[in-house]
Amino acid sequence: MREVHTDSIISAVESLFIDANINLSQGVFDALDRAVEKEESPVGKEVIRELINNANIAKAEHMPICQDTGLAVTFVEIGQEVHVVGEPLSEAIAEGVRRAYKNGYLRKSCCDPFSRKNTGDNTPPIIHTHIVPGDRIKIVALPKGGGSENYGEVRMLVPSQGKEGVKSFVLDMVTKGGPNPCPPIIVGVGIGGNFETSALLSKEALMVPIGQRNPDPATASFEMDILDAINKTGIGPQGYGGTVTALDVHIKMLPCHIASLPAAVNIQCHAHRIKEIVI
Amino acid sequence: MEIKKIQTPLDDSTVEKLKAGEKVFLNGFIFTARDAAHKKFFEALDKGEELPFDMRNQIIYYCGPSPAPPGRVIGSCGPTTSGRMDAYAPRLISLGLKGMIGKGKRSAAVKDALRQYKAVYFGATGGAGALLSKSVVSSEIVAYEDLGPEAVVKLGVKDLPLFVINDMYGNDLYEAGIQQYRR
Repeated sequence: MREVHTDSIISAVESLFIDANINLSQGVFDALDRAVEKEESPVGKEVIRELINNANIAKAEHMPICQDTGLAVTFVEIGQEVHVVGEPLSEAIAEGVRRAYKNGYLRKSCCDPFSRKNTGDNTPPIIHTHIVPGDRIKIVALPKGGGSENYGEVRMLVPSQGKEGVKSFVLDMVTKGGPNPCPPIIVGVGIGGNFETSALLSKEALMVPIGQRNPDPATASFEMDILDAINKTGIGPQGYGGTVTALDVHIKMLPCHIASLPAAVNIQCHAHRIKEIVI
Repeated sequence: MEIKKIQTPLDDSTVEKLKAGEKVFLNGFIFTARDAAHKKFFEALDKGEELPFDMRNQIIYYCGPSPAPPGRVIGSCGPTTSGRMDAYAPRLISLGLKGMIGKGKRSAAVKDALRQYKAVYFGATGGAGALLSKSVVSSEIVAYEDLGPEAVVKLGVKDLPLFVINDMYGNDLYEAGIQQYRR
């Protein structure tokens, strides 16, 4: 049994959310560099150059990449040999988020669904926890903006719709989004599991590094097929027209019920903000 | 890519020269206003009251910035989705508003107003909040301070990078672009 005090979790969460909002990871910079080369539209190229320039300025000046610093999506993998001591884990994570959004001059974008009254401190965070073997705690911060999130969906497809059904579903959401999710986007697709698992899989799919393929060759090929179809829509950077609408597509799959084909699409904008730490 | 420098206040002759797909550097003053401020504008108009600023030849920027760190004029200030203000824009254009900056498609009514009154819709790059903030040299709250990030703020801008999305001739960069690159 290894003890981890929630004080270290609070400070880790605070650092991660500020870091994620300010410092775009090298993998995304590299993907944007490749996209400038690949993009055929002059306006599209110019837009991607602005995005790269923007991310460099954010990093140099310690400013948020985008003013929508998102809801605080937090994935926590807790080793089953860990004993968390201090306050309740969910409260510690919330406190870390609270501090990040205050001390990092991040925007508070969390409100009551109907009154729309802002909660004032960007809490409650959205926490997904998995218990895993081992004695470490891994925390992943994925601040998620509203613009891209609004073009996500879960559909309970009919099994006979198969791969084509999933592909149409993805293209539907990308087309519906158009300029609004701030292309170039990254698409997470969750297939199988249950209604709620497919949604979670689609968000976890966004954590796969750009350029990394699903370990199953047939699924990897399907990822590339969907990516190609998205880039043929012509939507392009910021929806101004172009050949790079998506930087990548990632699929995560699980077995599902014999009567179902649950599928979920979660869209991420170009400001793909993600940082992790292992405690 | 050739980039035109333009100045506020916008006059007809400037708007006539702008075509969808062009990139511009905007200099002068713009006014931030989004959902809540527009609602208040219309409440004022309905009551026969004056608007908080004279909109003739001015530009509204649909933006709710992140908090300004100490010593900075503004935080990250990228655009919010313009479509939510479509209900309000045509009337403001009829009252002399010459430009709007945001992201995302506008309605037919907005595009018609651009044609009828000679106005233009610009796109600021979504998610480029840090880059855009570099072009903001001054910031002054003009109205509705109680709205926090949704207050109307007069921003002094120098070489603010924008794309013309909808010009006064009916051209639409979103439509033209997707047509050109759809395979």
